[in-house]
Amino acid sequence: MSGPAPDLPPHGGLHARLAVERPAFRLDVELEVAAGEVVALLGPNGAGKTTVLRALAGLTGLTGGSITLDGRSLHTLPAEQRRIGMVFQDYLLFPHLSALDNVAFGPRSNGASKAEARRTAEALLERVGLVEYAAVKPGRLSGGQAQRVALARALAVRPRLLLLDEPLAALDAHTRLEIRAQLRRHLADFDGATVLVTHDPLEAMVLADRLIVVEHGSVVQQGTAAEVARRPRTDYVARLVGLNLHRGRGDGAHVKVGELLLSTSDHVEGPAFVAFAPAAVALYRTRPDGSPRNLWRARIDGIERHGDNVRVHLDGPVTASADVTPAAVAELDLSPGQEIWASVKAAETHAYPA
Amino acid sequence: MTTATTPASAPGRASGRERGGVPGRLPWPLVIPALLGLAFLVLPLAGLLVRAPWSTLPQRLAEPQVLQALRLSLVTATIATAVCLLLGVPLAWLLARTAFPGRRLIRALVTVPLVLPPVVGGVALLLVLGRRGLIGSWLEAAFGVSLPFTTAGVVVAEAFVAMPFLVISVEGALRAADARFEEAAATLGASRWTVFRRVTLPMIAPGVAAGAVLCWARALGEFGATITFAGNFPGTTQTMPLAVYLALETEPEAAVVLSLVLLAVSVVILAGLRERWVSRI
Amino acid sequence: MFRPLSRWTAALALALAAVSGCGSGGPATSATAPAAGGDARQLTVFAAASLTGAFTELGRIFKDAHPGTTVMFNFGSSATLAQQITQGAPADVFAAASPATMKTVTDAALATAPTTFARNRLRIAVPAGNPAGVDELKDLADPEVKVALCAAQVPCGAAAVKALEAAGLEVTPVTLEQDVKATLTKVELGEVDAALVYATDVPASGGKATGIDFPEADKAINDYPIAALTEAPAGPLARQFVDLVLSRQGRDVLAEAGFQVP
Repeated sequence: MSGPAPDLPPHGGLHARLAVERPAFRLDVELEVAAGEVVALLGPNGAGKTTVLRALAGLTGLTGGSITLDGRSLHTLPAEQRRIGMVFQDYLLFPHLSALDNVAFGPRSNGASKAEARRTAEALLERVGLVEYAAVKPGRLSGGQAQRVALARALAVRPRLLLLDEPLAALDAHTRLEIRAQLRRHLADFDGATVLVTHDPLEAMVLADRLIVVEHGSVVQQGTAAEVARRPRTDYVARLVGLNLHRGRGDGAHVKVGELLLSTSDHVEGPAFVAFAPAAVALYRTRPDGSPRNLWRARIDGIERHGDNVRVHLDGPVTASADVTPAAVAELDLSPGQEIWASVKAAETHAYPA
Repeated sequence: MTTATTPASAPGRASGRERGGVPGRLPWPLVIPALLGLAFLVLPLAGLLVRAPWSTLPQRLAEPQVLQALRLSLVTATIATAVCLLLGVPLAWLLARTAFPGRRLIRALVTVPLVLPPVVGGVALLLVLGRRGLIGSWLEAAFGVSLPFTTAGVVVAEAFVAMPFLVISVEGALRAADARFEEAAATLGASRWTVFRRVTLPMIAPGVAAGAVLCWARALGEFGATITFAGNFPGTTQTMPLAVYLALETEPEAAVVLSLVLLAVSVVILAGLRERWVSRI
Repeated sequence: MFRPLSRWTAALALALAAVSGCGSGGPATSATAPAAGGDARQLTVFAAASLTGAFTELGRIFKDAHPGTTVMFNFGSSATLAQQITQGAPADVFAAASPATMKTVTDAALATAPTTFARNRLRIAVPAGNPAGVDELKDLADPEVKVALCAAQVPCGAAAVKALEAAGLEVTPVTLEQDVKATLTKVELGEVDAALVYATDVPASGGKATGIDFPEADKAINDYPIAALTEAPAGPLARQFVDLVLSRQGRDVLAEAGFQVP
């Protein structure tokens, strides 16, 4: 398994279809991850992201599907024979073993001699910058240090697939930035396939080459961060990337969303999505002159601060968010329940087939 | 269950002497029952101390039978604990970590020796391992081994009565331990046996230790099953509790002395072990 | 660790009855009758365990003769009972299996002038079928024969020592049991080949043990003394019960149970 791979075989990397059925939950997901590629599984809580990782690792049984890694069938093997590196959300470092012994645990379990395992572990601790903590028990490591030991431990089995479950979730905001940068570097060095689970879009974008969005147990969207951010396909993704998203029917230059006909600069026919940023929405007290296109009457559902601006939630023929300056809020004298006019320029909408 | 009490000995005169020094912020609904509970447990011991024939103590202790019984008690209780560890820890693991039909029933059965009067346990052991018992008759015919009236029989009786304490403690520890550590170990390539040895066992070590202590203490104080199954013969099967019981027939004072010896030795050993664990964890 | 002998024997007997599925007749530890009325009188008798059968019967007779009276029994090892009495247990009558245990009570001035009301002699008990072929006392000295004796601290053990000494025999038992019932149990279960027990105990085994009389038993006759206690809460009732035990009727009941009566 550790031999040189001058030419990656065509079937290299991870190919998996995972079906897990439980009462009130059904997961059916297909994954393709090339060697050296980092894929982030993104999705709301309960979407089944962690189940995907556990199924890949062999900790949750499949009710259907298969897993192939570098041409080797994994789904028939028990967890301990899969040689998959897994970093758990709360790391699960063995509390009774030193950092070094934690990292050496994998090699030892895979038949390495004590000395050999220690050497491997020392080298990995060196790589994550923690050699001087070799003798320290996990209870006395900081969150960031524990995360790095957990990564070293997972890498120590020389896995061809690395699984990371919310790798930064347990860290405070400050440490997270620093560890994220380091993790990104380590992932870049890793030549196997990586699947990481997160619910933080920023983390996904920084760490991953490609995003797979999972909702209710199935893949709803995948692509590079830029693709996903530009063309969200579910409300969840739209909310993540901060866009207003509507589903309608295109007839060339227009998309009909409910009763509202929105003109767009994109040309789209048939079922279509139309997306626009909250900042692109303009609000008026009275019907503006010159009647710009894409104008509708809306009722203010709620107002909240959003960064330096104010986010206004609108109800009406379409629900949407609008970002306006605090000055505009004062000038327009906006308050919940009020009826106002909203508009968005065609050039600032983005339409694509659903 | 194993408290040594002479019948109606020394009705407590010195009850609750030091109740005044309780800081005000402690909740009295807890503190008062706690102190009563402590007094309840400790006063019989005080009774033994008050009635002990201190003047004749040294010469009574020097009697070879006393040391013989004490040695036998310590040796058999320790071996019984080892047997319980060897069989009980895997049993606890099976109950806590695997699913199989009838597990609830098995768990209930494990506690049977707790509920069974020890004497009945001894009779039951005779019926199975005795000379004419289900397995005992076969053992005798095949290997010429007969457990009753032997030191091994004492160990069997003590282990039978004490094992539930170990199994229950260890199973509790296993249930409280986070099984995800075992999953983490599995992803690192550890077989189930390696996981058990290198992850599970170290993590539940305090529970195993506590269970072993209970088990040992119970085995040390074991009387009913021992005398019924293994009989009573000095040097072979007469443990301290048996010696105490028989001494009680003729010389209550000697019984008090023997009880005190048993108590003192067990307290010293348990306190010593506890020190070691506390400092290690 | 050690519990009153009465409960002990009862548990053993119960267990035997339960596991052998045979009505070997576990003796009740106490024969109590429901309180008959407001002025019901109660008599408490502390008696040696070997008297369980005979005294339960005598208790019934006593109740019939004294309507409205409740008779409570505490059967146990004589030594334990004597100790309970000297520690202040509210007993009215004490019937012991040995003069020595009675002496503990008379020494404490809690009873005066005990009367010997029964005698018990030893018998060899062997399991049904007598697998070791034991016929007489000297067979017990055979190292091949597994023997159970009572511990020397309890009356049946003291008697056994006396009998064996009288016969000039050296017997190495495999166990020295804490009381005669436990000794008999070892015989009933076939764990030992022979034991020395009281003659009165053999019938209680329900056929699972056979008794063999031996002449040396005459050297180790056990006297059973009885006395009404000086501080008996039941007052004259205590004396009346003792009188019943010593009466013709009482002697008949005891004789039926296998005791020798003076």
